[in-house]
Amino acid sequence: MANHLFLPIVSLMIGAALAVLFGRQRWVARGIVVGSVLFHLVYSLRLLWVVAEHGRQVSQAGGWLAPFGITFVADGATAIMLAVASLLTLMTVLYSFASLDEGYERYFYYPLVLLLLLGVSGAFMTGDLFNLYVWFEVLLLASFGLITLGGTRAQLEGGLKYVVLNLMGSIAFLIGCGLVYGVVGTLNMAHIAERMQTIQQPGIMTAIACIFLFAFGSKAAILPLFFWLPTSYHTPPVAVTAIFSGLLTKVGAYSLYRVFGTVMQNELLHLAPWILTIAWLTMLVGVFGAMAQMNVRRILSFHIVSQIGYSVMGLGLASSLGLAAGLLFTAHVMIVKTSLFFIGGAAEQIYGTGDIKKMGGLARREPVLAIFWFLGIISLAGLPPMSGFFGKLALLQAGVTQGAWLVTGVATLTGILTLFSMLKIWNEVFWKKSYADISKLPRVSLGLLLPGALLVVISLALGLGASVLVDYTSLAGGQLFDQAGYIQSVCGLDGCEAVFQAAIR
Amino acid sequence: MYESVILRTVARVMMPLLLLLSVFMLLRGHNLPGGGFIGGLLASAAIIMQIIAFGPTFARKVIRVGYLNMAAFGVFFGALWGLPALFFNLPYMDAFWINDPIPGIGKIGTPVLFDVGVFLAVIGVTTRVALLLAEEPELFPMYVQAETEE
Repeated sequence: MANHLFLPIVSLMIGAALAVLFGRQRWVARGIVVGSVLFHLVYSLRLLWVVAEHGRQVSQAGGWLAPFGITFVADGATAIMLAVASLLTLMTVLYSFASLDEGYERYFYYPLVLLLLLGVSGAFMTGDLFNLYVWFEVLLLASFGLITLGGTRAQLEGGLKYVVLNLMGSIAFLIGCGLVYGVVGTLNMAHIAERMQTIQQPGIMTAIACIFLFAFGSKAAILPLFFWLPTSYHTPPVAVTAIFSGLLTKVGAYSLYRVFGTVMQNELLHLAPWILTIAWLTMLVGVFGAMAQMNVRRILSFHIVSQIGYSVMGLGLASSLGLAAGLLFTAHVMIVKTSLFFIGGAAEQIYGTGDIKKMGGLARREPVLAIFWFLGIISLAGLPPMSGFFGKLALLQAGVTQGAWLVTGVATLTGILTLFSMLKIWNEVFWKKSYADISKLPRVSLGLLLPGALLVVISLALGLGASVLVDYTSLAGGQLFDQAGYIQSVCGLDGCEAVFQAAIR
Repeated sequence: MYESVILRTVARVMMPLLLLLSVFMLLRGHNLPGGGFIGGLLASAAIIMQIIAFGPTFARKVIRVGYLNMAAFGVFFGALWGLPALFFNLPYMDAFWINDPIPGIGKIGTPVLFDVGVFLAVIGVTTRVALLLAEEPELFPMYVQAETEE
């Protein structure tokens, strides 16, 4: 029993409530927000160590035993995701201090960011399917607030599309939960996994799995369901786009990993060829979409879609090797993507526009910003020594080992196309001569530069110390794919059915 | 605001009754139908009735609290009472109860205090939403004007 698992959730909730209460005293509220995110970060770094040392951590809320109560489970995948999520939130909060005006603070911007992290952490840790739905709603509500805060026309338009399309995904998720409960009579993930092994009609489980693929796929922005993302992500302030790109689609990807990788492994094996097809289509369509765009944040938004294809590829390989590679890649892309949004956003703030045709000459004006941007794009494209190289290398190795030639080939091609498309921003924004007089432009402030730069440095460090990360993700991938071990950790050695039968007798 | 003698008379009489009933529901909770959520809805119904009968300005004067702060405090207070269990190495939300019931109130334990938090949060949120909707013409007069001109 690891009862401390609820601490990061409760601390964020208390932090958000206090930040609302002390909203008038700006600096007190800011201190509370930074404090609770820092606590979350320290906790999740410690959790990384605890999981590596002692294996899965489980806690049952209120002492109700596993198939009946709400279970919180932390394994390697959870710990990695939690650590990256709180790191990104901390950077976003710091970036927001420098980039947002006071109006946002008055309308509870920072409590909403905390609630977003609360929903995300809950979704990472929960061991109950319906509880996962609840955490999705928490993070979606917070994100609805964040995306429309400010209330400009473009934001409301983008927000409407975002809300409507996300609600469709939520409804599919809820329908899936209902069907699972109807068929196997439980919502605890470990218990579902156990009962699915002995189910009489396997066909219906495949249908349910497809519904979940639709639900999580629409959150993760996979191929036919990604259209909400590029139409809404460039409308809110940069800090909001950055944290969304780091957390939201990745929660969808993580849920795909958890539900298919751990709970519905048989269905994953059925659907694997289809998931791989979706993966390479998503990669290609995303990167081609990015090539056609002429706005910094729109280009980056299409790249989110393209990168999700890689995460889904890790799932589609349907092995602990593939899941480990996918986790490594997802953790890397969360960090790099957010840093690119920060740096691109800083450039946007300097020019007052995100249209790359109107920008230019920034390499001469802001060389430090340009260096970090360049390191960021080679990391995204997957060149050594950055973390992106090892993320893609692991995925390609797994693909080659399992003979998935098509998806591996497309993944390599997409890497080159990504570099090409990012170099377009490099050429237009940083390299080319500006038509306007750039000497009058405002200088970039340290607060805008630092969060993105720090994340790029972390990406570089992860690339240089890749062996540690690779070891950890292979442990995490093994735990994620180890269904029997998951059931035993959650329900005890005899499994959930034994606890269930003992209780109803 | 709804100008009706019957509604206003009833609203005036019902408010203390409903507020009392909400507290009763709150304390009855936990093991019987009731609890913080139901109690909170009852209390906010009492206040919303004032909004309908006398208008939002009057309703704000009757009970002078910041509903948003009330909701935030409720969330804070509720979340707090799951924590003591952690100090005794028990899972979050494990309950502690006093041994002897207090006459008139009943048994008190951490779940009751958690319910008080829920109670405050529900009153705060529902009343705040109702007030915002009721005050909309006052907050955004330009939209109302544009509509009436058409």
